[in-house]
Order: sequence, then structure tokens, then C-alpha cells
Amino acid sequence: MLACRSFAAPARQCLRRANGPSRWAPAPALAQVITSADEKVAKFKGTKGNDGKYTVTFIEGDGIGPEIAQSVKDIYSAANVPIKWESVDVTPRLKDGKTVIPDEAIDSVMKNYVALKGPLATPIGKGHVSLNLTLRRTFNLFANLRPCRSVEGYKTPYDNVDTVLIRENTEGEYSGIEHVVVNGVVQSIKLITREASERVLRFAFQHAQSIGRTKVRAVHKATIMKMSDGLFLSTAREVAKDYPDIEFDAELLDNTCLKMVTDPVPYNDKVLVMPNLYGDILSDMCAGLIGGLGLTPSGNIGDECSIFEAVHGSAPDIAGKQLANPTALLLSSIMMLQHMGLNQHATKIQNAIFKVLAEGKTLTGDLKGKAKTYEYADAIIKAL
Amino acid sequence: MLSRTSQKTAQTLLRGARPAARCTAGPSVATRSLATHTPDIFKPTKFGGKYTVTLIPGDGIGAEVSEAVKEIFKADNVPVEWETVNVSGVESGNMNSEELMREAITSLKRNKIGLKGILHTPIERSGHQSFNVALRQELDIYASIVLIKNIPGYLTRHKDIDLCIIRENTEGEYSGLEHQSVPGVVESLKIITRAKSERIAHFAMAFALANNRQKVTCIHKANIMKLADGLFRNTFKKVAEDYPTLDTEDMIVDNASMQCVSRPQQFDVMVMPNLYGGILSNIGAGLVGGPGVVPGCNMGRDVAVFEPGCRHVGLDIKGKDQANPSALVLSAAMMLRHLGLDDHADRIAQSIYKVIEDGKYRTRDMGGNSTTHEFTRAILNQMEKA
Repeated sequence: MLACRSFAAPARQCLRRANGPSRWAPAPALAQVITSADEKVAKFKGTKGNDGKYTVTFIEGDGIGPEIAQSVKDIYSAANVPIKWESVDVTPRLKDGKTVIPDEAIDSVMKNYVALKGPLATPIGKGHVSLNLTLRRTFNLFANLRPCRSVEGYKTPYDNVDTVLIRENTEGEYSGIEHVVVNGVVQSIKLITREASERVLRFAFQHAQSIGRTKVRAVHKATIMKMSDGLFLSTAREVAKDYPDIEFDAELLDNTCLKMVTDPVPYNDKVLVMPNLYGDILSDMCAGLIGGLGLTPSGNIGDECSIFEAVHGSAPDIAGKQLANPTALLLSSIMMLQHMGLNQHATKIQNAIFKVLAEGKTLTGDLKGKAKTYEYADAIIKAL
Repeated sequence: MLSRTSQKTAQTLLRGARPAARCTAGPSVATRSLATHTPDIFKPTKFGGKYTVTLIPGDGIGAEVSEAVKEIFKADNVPVEWETVNVSGVESGNMNSEELMREAITSLKRNKIGLKGILHTPIERSGHQSFNVALRQELDIYASIVLIKNIPGYLTRHKDIDLCIIRENTEGEYSGLEHQSVPGVVESLKIITRAKSERIAHFAMAFALANNRQKVTCIHKANIMKLADGLFRNTFKKVAEDYPTLDTEDMIVDNASMQCVSRPQQFDVMVMPNLYGGILSNIGAGLVGGPGVVPGCNMGRDVAVFEPGCRHVGLDIKGKDQANPSALVLSAAMMLRHLGLDDHADRIAQSIYKVIEDGKYRTRDMGGNSTTHEFTRAILNQMEKA
């Protein structure tokens, strides 16, 4: 009953609005669309507690998670970052036949507005949705932010990489709407909406402003997917008008792949924004350019709260041996500090990390060094 | 180089597709016939001692580079008669583009073999389907082959790359089925069918066997698109059971693209649905020197169309005499092998590689400053020497 009614009204309004003067009016059924350029998307809402510290939810994760989490905690207390950690467990439970994360974890993230997350092992077996997907859906994390920066001291075929990718995180090819039409024929639906596109595009422009880049580039395949990617592209052109200080252009997915692999340096002054699948592929490709997922941070940005995470696996084979490399989680935590506006602390710790990596004396095994996880963390603390 | 690996590809491939495949799950008869029918070994007929080949120069740099191919073929006395159709995807006010398109399709159906540049697809004009895609769907040239291999003497960031990308060409994300449910909400359908997945998997296996390759990797995103890509992957696994001598593995597309830029040497033959093929062939081209040097072809049961492997129009350098004709010339060499004219193919391909290796004449994309004409001239001179 309720459902019927709530649908009926928007539909009528849609029709009425169709001829209206503003072609920019979003369908009213879609909640909370940001239409002004000044309003910041996904602003951090947290406040300091009585002790002058922010509380941050810490999902330490499985496998090597606790070790690398310890490194982060040590470094943060040494650097006097005004943060208090609140560790939670997100081991999924089955509730009414669905995979859910514990209410305590949800409450904690909702209360603190921000979380740091280590690697999670997705339980294998039927009926389990990937935990990452569950978190994304639970907190409506619409944008995935993936910067990749070459690490001095770790040589790859590519030098001076410094790309920033933003990926739409809730719809597109990963909408999860699929069905078997007849035996042997499957339809999978790629869903693109103006609301979600506008939201992620606004975030891209605002992020470009906040990190001092002057160009935003949308990556698309509108030659083939004229309507879906076409909608993303036309929304991008509209949103771009609200940010006259940022140069906007668009590039075909094929060209982006080709040029990035040939020479990624021209992308160093741009922020790339794209639908879900392209972002997934390109962000991992960029990670490949600088040496893998062990060195790349990631942030999942939502209107209510944001989760920053290391995207690598939980590596159960080396768990507990102090061999793991905490860099990805550390760099993610630095993105978190920037998101919270603690830029000074962020810069200080980041410089220390890159200094230690560049010196190359205390590196972990994956970077062909011999140091233990805690030795690496100690070196960073000294460099502070 | 490429000349050796792709030798006999075309003829043996279709023959190699197994007549009695096991994985014919499902009762559909139509399903079976797509993948399990033994295709005719098509060999276009000669008239007056010459083969007729449809030539579609394409947009952008197409006219210049196909001119180079014509010159080279003429100099080598290749028994090929061109039947040129000037289709164009560029909006020119010329209303007969649809008509030319039909002409091109008729010509290709008649000649069964074609050489093609890339057609431009405008983004803005709605209702205009990409001619490239339309052509592939109409002729059912379902398998795209792209050969990614380092060229001797031309250094790039990675060494010892030798991989081959086989891409389903007729369905997947390029189905062209899209609709707007309400304003601001668009659905785009990706179609994966068992029949076509089976067909491309067989093709990849047969290709690997015919070219002495060891490993076939299936690229997918079945962890997210559980049904669609799941069907593709499961079909591949079933087909793989029929080819016990080949190593088979599967990899998720984002991991594959990461591996491609960090350790591309691990790949041999890769098979994948449409969109991933577009992405990986571009990544691959970037690894070995760009779209100007990567040849490719599209195979169907009846028709084979050869075109540059990495499909870039090059509108920006159109008419500037800067284009690198290597990709189209190498594709043409692949075509000659398909026709059984191996002598001509070897001579042409080896001359190109020699010119590039010598390094005196290179086009701009390869860091030289030769024009398309000078580069072609150098190839012609080299062919005279050989």
C-alpha cells in the first residue's frame, strides 16, 4: 500500500515537470540531490569529543589486518594525532537468511562518521555477498577515490606516476540486476542515473579543487553506449558549468587505457572520474603501474560517512609473522586525515612514510627488504 | 615475428574448431549449430588469377594508410584486386552513408574477405549505431584477434611480450540495447549467451593449438556479474575439458589489467567478452608501441575482415602524412596468409620489421620524424632488396 502511494505521486510530478522551464529538475522521488555548486558533497560531519580527540571506527580486518593496524596505531600515537580508535568486529552474521554486519559496527560508523578498514576475507560459500559490497550498500558509499603515486625507492617500468581516479560506486555495471532470459541467455543490466552521476561528478570537481588540480576528465564509452554513458557524459558537462575554475574534458575509455599505459605522466594534473566498471579496471591498472595493491590507498566516500581502506587481500599465509607491509593502510589513513581536515598531521606522516621508502633501508619483504612490520613502523616514527 | 606466429592461422583455425563438442547443455538446436557445426573452409575464389578483396579505407588516417597498403601490394605483384567502398561514419551531410554501408556489407558477403580501416562513431548523434559494430554484427564476424608482440629493435617499457587477445565481437556490452525508464534513469543491457560464449571459447582453443601456444586465460568479472560473466566463465571451463593439452586458467578483469602493466609476460592467449577486449587490447597496444603497430582481424564462419587490432580512428592526424601504416599493412599481411599467399606475406611483414629495426625511418608515434610516404618508400626499398 505504502509503496504504491509513494510511487504514484512522483510519477505524476515527473510528467508535470517534464515541460517545465528547468531541465535540470531531478525526479523528486530521488532523495537529496545537491543542486548548488557551493554545497560540499560528502562533507565530514564528525566533531571532537570532550578530550579534544575525534573518535574513528577501526575495522582491523582478518589475516595480516591486526598487525598492520598496530603499526598505524603506533605511528599515530607517536605523531600525536588527535584521534581515538574504536575497534569493531564486522564478521558477518546471517540474519533472516541475509548476510548482515553486526549492529554495533554499523552504529559505531554512523556515530563517528568515519572508519578505517583493514583487509577482510570474504567468506566463501553460497549466499554470502562480498563484505565490501555489503559495507558499501549499508553506508551508501557512492564514490571510490583511488590515488596512485609512484613510490621512490621501488622501481617499476613507470616513473612519476601521480594519478587520481574517482569511481562511481553504487550502480553501473555492478547494479547486481541480472537474470536468465531463457536457458543459456543472460541479461545483465548496467544502470546509470542522473542523480548518482551528478553526485559523483560533483565530488570529483570538489575533490579536484581541494587537492589543487585544475582539470577534471570524464572517461566514458558513449560511442557505443550512447544512452547510458551518454547520460553520464551530458551530466558531467552540466555539472562542469558550476565549476568555471576547473577545466573539464572527456575521453574515450579506449584512449585512456592506451595513453595511460604508454605514458601516465600527462595524467598527473587531472582528476579522472568514471562509471563503476571502468573505474574498477583502471584503478587497478594504475596500481599495477606503481607496483601493486600493497602501495595504493583507497577511500569510499558517502554522504553520511566514509570508509578508508587498504584494498589488498588479507594474506592469511603470512599472518602473525610480522612480514606484512602496512603502507596501503597507512596511506589510506592519511587520506582519512585529509578528509577530516587534519592536513598538517597528514602531511607530516606522509612525508615520513615516503622518506623511509625512498631510503630503502627498512623495507618489508614485498618490496625486497628484510624489515619486520614493526621495524618499518619504528623507522617511520623516527622519521617523524 | 608476427609473421611466424600467425602463420596459417586463418585457414587452420576454422578447421580446428571441433566438430563434436561436448558441452551442448540445453535442448536448443540452434544453440548447437552455432558452435558445433563444422564450418566450410572458406577460400574466396580467384577470378582471372586474382582474388577480389573489399577495401574499406575508413575515416581519419584510413585513406593514407590504405594507400600505403595498395602501393606495397602493387610493388610486390600481389594477385589481389581491390573493391573499394568509401563508407564513412563522419557526419558529412552526405545522406547516402547508410546506402554505402549496405554496399560494403554486400561486397564483403560476396568476396568473403576484406581489409578495413576504422570508422568514426559520432557521440552526439542519437540513433546512429557505430558502423564498426553494425558491420561485425551483420556479418557475424564474431572473433576478434589482436596480436600484441614486441617489435625487435623498438624498445618499450616491457620486454618479451607475446600475447594474443581473442574477443567476442557480437554481443556483451555492445548489444546496443538501451532504454530510459524515467528521465535520468538509463538501463543498458549486456547480453551473454551460452552459444556465443561456447563458440568463442572453441575458437580461442583452436587458435592456441594451431599456433603452438600453451595457455589460454579466460578474462571475466564473475565475482560481481555472477550470472552473465559466470555463464561466460563456466562455458569456457566446460569447453576447456575438450582440450586437455592446453593449460587453462581464469582471471578477473581488474587483476588482469593490473598484471598486464606489471608482468605482461605471463599471458599467452586471452579470451574475453566484448568490452574487456576493448580495454585490454588498448592496454596491450600501449605496452608494445601504440595502435600504429598492432594488427588484428575479425573472423566469422563465412567472412574475415582484417583491420588494425587497436581500433583508433586517428581523426586528429588525418591528412597530415604522419600516420603509421604498419598496423594496416601487417593486418594485410595476415590477410595474405589467410589467402594462402604466404610468400607475399612474409616478404611484406619482414620488410616492415626490418625498416623499424634499422630505425632510420620511423613515423612520429614511434619517435621518428618520417612521413607516412617516406616510411612506405623505405618498406618498398627494403622489399626490393629482399
